[in-house]
Amino acid sequence: MSNFFPRWVNWFPLQLLVCVLAVGAPLTLGIWYYFTPKYTRVGYQPDQPVPFSHALHVKQLGMDCRYCHSFVEVAAHSNLPTTQTCINCHGEGKILPNSPRLAPVRESWKTGQPIPWVQIHRLPDYAYFNHAVHVNRGVSCYSCHGAVNEMSVVYEAESLSMKWCLDCHRAPENFLRPPAEIFNMSWHPATASDQLEMGMKFKEEWKVNPPVNCGGCHR
Amino acid sequence: MVRYFLLLLALVTILVVSIAGLRDYPFLSHKTKRPPIEIFPDMVRQPKVKAQAPSDFYADGRGARANLTGTVPVGYSQPTASTGVYATMGSPYDVVVFAGREGYANTGKNGTNWGNGLPFSATLATLERGHERYQIQCAVCHGATGSGNGIATKYGLVGVANLQQQRLRDMTDGEIYNTIVNGKNTMLGYGSTIQVSDRWAIVAYIRALQRSQNGSLNDVPPADRAALQDGVSASTPAKH
Repeated sequence: MSNFFPRWVNWFPLQLLVCVLAVGAPLTLGIWYYFTPKYTRVGYQPDQPVPFSHALHVKQLGMDCRYCHSFVEVAAHSNLPTTQTCINCHGEGKILPNSPRLAPVRESWKTGQPIPWVQIHRLPDYAYFNHAVHVNRGVSCYSCHGAVNEMSVVYEAESLSMKWCLDCHRAPENFLRPPAEIFNMSWHPATASDQLEMGMKFKEEWKVNPPVNCGGCHR
Repeated sequence: MVRYFLLLLALVTILVVSIAGLRDYPFLSHKTKRPPIEIFPDMVRQPKVKAQAPSDFYADGRGARANLTGTVPVGYSQPTASTGVYATMGSPYDVVVFAGREGYANTGKNGTNWGNGLPFSATLATLERGHERYQIQCAVCHGATGSGNGIATKYGLVGVANLQQQRLRDMTDGEIYNTIVNGKNTMLGYGSTIQVSDRWAIVAYIRALQRSQNGSLNDVPPADRAALQDGVSASTPAKH
């Protein structure tokens, strides 16, 4: 009886193994690399009802974050401004009173219905973040929101994952700033060792002891 | 055969990476309008009302509710001169008070007339707080020195008051306070944004600004006058 199977079949199991590995390895790497908030959350840049530019208002005009986000120092959440805050400058007879891009603002001012801003930075509902305690103890807006003063359209700059939170909670000295520079989005420490020296000093002085137990953030 | 398969796989990998982009490299990373994928959102998005978030529970779709007519603030008690919140107030963060109360400290009025003076004693900290709040809320229009030349006036905002003019130097503290809270002419009220103690701190700082632009040699302590006239500063520069 002649050979029933042709000769290449001898190599078939090995070839199959090579192919499975060749598919499996990039698939595994791909999931490891892409299926994380570092990729899924960072870069989220939705269209907003009003094309408000932080770059224009903060960098060009020099406005403070707290002109609009007025309660960030005393409240757990950093408030969106009221429609009146926009109307303070963009009302009738003021700056750009008829701009079509500000139509939703005028509509909201007339009807009393809020402007449907799209929330970008969303923590899970079981994580309780308090803005006030962070900005009052040396954590800048910049540390979590990135260089908002450079963004014409805001996007999510950091992953806001739990590991990312813990990176700072375990070593806050790498991020603490002088109180006067918390809302200065373009401030940077001169060198990494400056930051560390300053951070250690603030951590000591202000008794900064961020919780790393579950109950600190998950009540 | 296997060679072609591996080649195809390599091409697919390159294609996926070029479309998806890389993490942590702003110039290679993607921007997307698509909300982040949440695979098991059951506990991540709980049906509770969060600050300023929408809610399906109410007909108008808002989670935040407007006050009904006649709503009384929590812990309401009418402050008097000696027992008001200011008697015990320490840091501005200790007590957060907004509109809706009566008395000079909250309205700037004694009876029906504008009053003068702060309802609490001013310290250097009050002025520093006032400086900070003025820079945040007022300088955009009124300018850093109060001359009515803030950045907004360069973009077409007209009719911004010059806080250095005589009319505003003569204005009572209570009326300035009232203007901060309720606005005047084209200026809308800032009462919903600036809390009570900060409004008075801003009034104090505006007074300091007015003096700073209107000083005379008589305001300088006698000991320092000679040095000033020689063009040499005797004392250390001010902090701000």
